[in-house]
Amino acid sequence: MTTETLPRSVPATSGTTLAWRRVRPALTHVALAATAVVMLYPVIWMVVSSLRPGNEIFRDPGILVRDLRIENYRIGWNALTEPFTRYLLNSAAVVLGSIVGNLVSCSMAAYAFARLNFTGKKFWFAIMLVTIMLPIHVVIVPQYILFSQAGWINTFLPLIVPKLLATDAFFVFLMVQFIRGIPRELDEAARIDGCGKGGIFLRVILPLMVPALATTTIFTFIWTWNDFFSQLIYLTDPKMYTVPVALRAFVDATASTSWGSLFAMSVVSLVPVFLAFLLGQRFLIKGIATTGIK
Amino acid sequence: MSGQKKDNVAAYLFLSPWLVGLFVITIGPMIASLYLAFTDYNLIQAPQWTGLENFTRMLSDQRLHNSLKVTFTYVFVSVPLQLAVALLLAVVLDRGVRGMAFYRSVFYLPSLLGSSVAIAILWKQVFGTDGLLNQVIAPLGFDGKGWISDPSTALGTLVVLNVWTFGAPMVIFLAGLRQIPAMYYEAASVDGAGPLRRFASITLPLLTPIIFFNLVLQIIHAFQSFTQAFVVSGGTGGPSDSTMFYTLYLYDRGFGNFDMGYASAMAWFLLVIIGVFTAANFVASKYWVFYDD
Repeated sequence: MTTETLPRSVPATSGTTLAWRRVRPALTHVALAATAVVMLYPVIWMVVSSLRPGNEIFRDPGILVRDLRIENYRIGWNALTEPFTRYLLNSAAVVLGSIVGNLVSCSMAAYAFARLNFTGKKFWFAIMLVTIMLPIHVVIVPQYILFSQAGWINTFLPLIVPKLLATDAFFVFLMVQFIRGIPRELDEAARIDGCGKGGIFLRVILPLMVPALATTTIFTFIWTWNDFFSQLIYLTDPKMYTVPVALRAFVDATASTSWGSLFAMSVVSLVPVFLAFLLGQRFLIKGIATTGIK
Repeated sequence: MSGQKKDNVAAYLFLSPWLVGLFVITIGPMIASLYLAFTDYNLIQAPQWTGLENFTRMLSDQRLHNSLKVTFTYVFVSVPLQLAVALLLAVVLDRGVRGMAFYRSVFYLPSLLGSSVAIAILWKQVFGTDGLLNQVIAPLGFDGKGWISDPSTALGTLVVLNVWTFGAPMVIFLAGLRQIPAMYYEAASVDGAGPLRRFASITLPLLTPIIFFNLVLQIIHAFQSFTQAFVVSGGTGGPSDSTMFYTLYLYDRGFGNFDMGYASAMAWFLLVIIGVFTAANFVASKYWVFYDD
């Protein structure tokens, strides 16, 4: 690439350099836009295909809808033993419980780690960091036995109770990092005004850590909505299926013969994730840049 | 009560949900699964102590060996590719392209969608015999095939899916690139270094801690991949076990065949593998990760 050495070999005012300086941003944009199109094309095509008659899906790689059909949605909605509304509500219940659980329990633990002095702090903090890396597989079998003995199979409890107990430790870590950025003088001032530790947590720290709580909410929402492994294991009764488990049952039931309605329900399942992404982009990007969660 | 004691009580109260979770949901089950790894257990009869039998069985289990091969291939191919694409686009975006926030969002979106069943379903169609890919390449004169039904390409489609989710590491790279002082680049330009030289001599070395961070994270993540292979193969890990990830085989043993002792042994072996890789990464990092301070 001779152009790389241009600034040195050719005076900055020369015509070639100027032309290159004008052309380069345009070329970059073309390359970036092309990449973006290639990346998003399959998803856009899926949305379009969900609105097409079934046989067209196998013929038309384009994204123009000539013959708009929404019956794929009607068929897909009622393709399984329960209407899709049921699965959406089930997912919503699991997601809501998980969000509440993560917000309450992780913020409490984070406050202790970031602000309170106690015996064994370093030890527990190290343990907390280690649990972030732990694969779910080393605990899933005994957890399954535990929850099945408690009679919790085919309830949402195995999916929600662990969140109430702050097992999503990366959120504890994220919140600790955030609280450390809040000036300690604020705690001091509140203490002098007569606040106890609970008061400082509720009145000073929590209101100031709203961005971290928002990040936690959005990630919990998207992950729980997408989570498949644990929902597959704990929910075997079709009445209790969440959206991912229902979609998978749909694939098995139709043996992929009705792509139109399968795509329609896939699109329905992605809409909440997409909305969460639009609303929470700022927090998502921040959260991922600081902790590496994805 | 003395001050320190009071502090302890308050702190442990705040920690109590997490502590209960740690012991009941994490450490307790870990100990139990370590015990079960040495037993034969089918959920109905009480666990039978069998000593090292599960582990010797693992030594001669061809399907397990195959699942390790599949998983290692997946990790070693998809993670470097994904990180290379992430780094390339982060560097391009970091140059202050107009509309940077827009591109960043577009590239990041697949990271959120990628783990969903819906996208796995899409992938199944795109790389199927009648799929989108074949429709696109047919007019260009290429012969399509069933990418997912052919054992030699099925794993490749999952690699593509993982590379497609490069947005998350890209965002981390972007955050890292911002930390590099602009004066380094200015000084290098004055000395006559071109963009490639600046990238090799400034960006790359100063970014090694972030590359390392992403590498460790994505390797741990890739070893645990499950949903995509499960949905694409209809839960079988097929064709011919070519997408039989380790976690898929573990699920098959434990929850498909209620072979809970063996599944527990497999889970511990997975933990050891991930632990060894992470440790090896840390050891190797001494030779290539450059810390500024």
